[in-house]
Amino acid sequence: MTMTGGSAEEPPARARPAIGEAIIGAGVLALAIVTFWQTMSIPVSPIYAKVGPTVVPMMTAAALGVLGVLLLIDAWQGGWQTEDEKAVTPDRAALVWVAAGLVLNVALIGSAGFTIASTILFVCVARGFGSKNTLRDALIGATFALIAYFGFATTLGINIGSGFVESAIERLIGVEGP
Amino acid sequence: MDAFSELLNGFAVALTPMNLLWCLVGTTLGTAIGVLPGLGPALTIALLLPITFKVEPTSAFILFAGIYYGAMYGGSTTSILLNTPGESATIVTALEGNKMARNGRAGAALATAAIGSFVAGTIGTLGITFLAPVVVDWALRFGPADYFSLMVFAFVTVSAVLGSSEVRGLATLFFGIWLGLIGVDLQTGQARFTFGLAELLDGINVVVVAVGLFAVGETLYVASRYRLGKDEIIPLSGSLWMTSEEWKRSWKPWLRGAAIGFPIGAMPAGGAEIPTFLSYYIERKLSAKPQEFGKGAIEGVAGPEAANNASAAGVLVPMLTLGLPTSATAAIMLSAFQSYGINPGPLLLQSQTQLVWGLIASLFIGNVMLLVLNLPLIAIWVKLLQIPAPVLYAGILVFATIGTYGITQSPVDLILLYLIGGAGYLMRRYDFPVAPVIIGMILGPLAEQNFRQAMTISAGDWTVFFTRPLSATILALAALALFGPKLYQLAVRPKPDHVPGDA
Repeated sequence: MTMTGGSAEEPPARARPAIGEAIIGAGVLALAIVTFWQTMSIPVSPIYAKVGPTVVPMMTAAALGVLGVLLLIDAWQGGWQTEDEKAVTPDRAALVWVAAGLVLNVALIGSAGFTIASTILFVCVARGFGSKNTLRDALIGATFALIAYFGFATTLGINIGSGFVESAIERLIGVEGP
Repeated sequence: MDAFSELLNGFAVALTPMNLLWCLVGTTLGTAIGVLPGLGPALTIALLLPITFKVEPTSAFILFAGIYYGAMYGGSTTSILLNTPGESATIVTALEGNKMARNGRAGAALATAAIGSFVAGTIGTLGITFLAPVVVDWALRFGPADYFSLMVFAFVTVSAVLGSSEVRGLATLFFGIWLGLIGVDLQTGQARFTFGLAELLDGINVVVVAVGLFAVGETLYVASRYRLGKDEIIPLSGSLWMTSEEWKRSWKPWLRGAAIGFPIGAMPAGGAEIPTFLSYYIERKLSAKPQEFGKGAIEGVAGPEAANNASAAGVLVPMLTLGLPTSATAAIMLSAFQSYGINPGPLLLQSQTQLVWGLIASLFIGNVMLLVLNLPLIAIWVKLLQIPAPVLYAGILVFATIGTYGITQSPVDLILLYLIGGAGYLMRRYDFPVAPVIIGMILGPLAEQNFRQAMTISAGDWTVFFTRPLSATILALAALALFGPKLYQLAVRPKPDHVPGDA
């Protein structure tokens, strides 16, 4: 209950507005507005006028709006983040490595194929978790991706992006791709 | 006994070699993902959903149920040896279990957790056997209005009552409902919230959301605080054979835990945290040695572990009989039913006898398998804990990509996956519960369907939800659950005005 977000030199009686929480509250409010605006653009046939496709979206927009305002009030009163979380400064470098891995993966999976994209993702995430041995990570990642590609994907019958690595191996061992 | 003969038929289904194999695969995989930090049953079942296109439903659900039960067993191993509870329901186990392990009694802690899980899991499964037909008889009287009210009740309890804040719980719930609205409205054919993207016309796949929140969000969160410190794995110590004193101190907490866990799990409110905390509190009250609590009391492992597993069994009752999932894992299982074109609900027990009773029988069998997997073979699972975090989390993200990209081969799904993962990271960092997103997304469209049916039947009369006695009662209970605690607080002690409220 006593979530007073004052810094050390400030008496805890008057909490300072919390910026992170305020942004989230504003985000929820923005989602409510977008929802409202999008709902207005759904055409409603008069047959369904009473219980048409817009009734529940409207309720959702209203609820998100009220909740966004309540979150903003909480943020204004000092926020709600637990002391434990507040004490932690997120490791930006780690987050950037993981995010970079994800972005490269999306960018490459179509053109370079699943194995190459996954290996790069694997190396970046491992680097984010403090692993320094890039070559070893790349080898583990590539092995893992190939096992996943031929084991998991083929068994489940789902088709994941195949690039020249996959086709080369398929040609080599004479199986047809999934 | 009718349920009994049905159950025997169920065993005939579950004991076929193929289904036994599925059960073994499920329980083994479940234990593994339960042990591994960062992986849970909801994520695993979501990644395996494509199997529903290849395997017949009975086998698929035997696999999923094995994963579901197995993760509960495996989770306790991690909380005892690593003190990082994989799921909120095992926080209490870590409390006493990790202390026991530090005192060189890891063996006894693991044994009482596994045997307690077995006892409670079996009692819970018996509970399903006899409670499910009763609930079905009762639920057959439900109309669309009553169903809608019941879903509202579940929404309120799952998101607002069980978490740390009503506002944040409801915010994630409505975010989930919003995600569930995206796509073509099946009744009128109108596209909703698709922002002109053809990929969104079919709606967002639940796999994308579950994997985004539980794999990508979780990995980002762990990465952001990884350098802070390493978890210390406590080596296996002490005999796995409990002493007679340990047996004596364990068996009552097991039974009490099961008695607390099953009914609470079976309520359409759900939540595994409350029964575990309740059991811990009761055991501390009843213990002959309350001074040992906090220092490694075996009752504090035995009771909550039993409560956890019994409530996991209980959650299956509203899921199978009402189609009402009250946990993220149950919600994903519901979407597996939908993917087969099966509607869980009161008619399921009649229309899919083989499936339901085969599933229940396999839960009994799975419990026996899990006892064997988790006691004599415990050393194997401990090895899994030694996988270095960089490899583990990198592997999780590669798998997350396969599971998502494999469905449609569309980069839009991958981008959505990562965006939802980013939202999941913020939810973890700012203490928003994640499960209501999944429940809202899957239950939301069903609630809307019932709402519109009820409104159509009543010719657009809104009062139908308040004039049907059953529906009105459930809605009153939901309102009480949402506002009751606040009103009680106001009535008992006026809030001092200098404390800023954390809603």
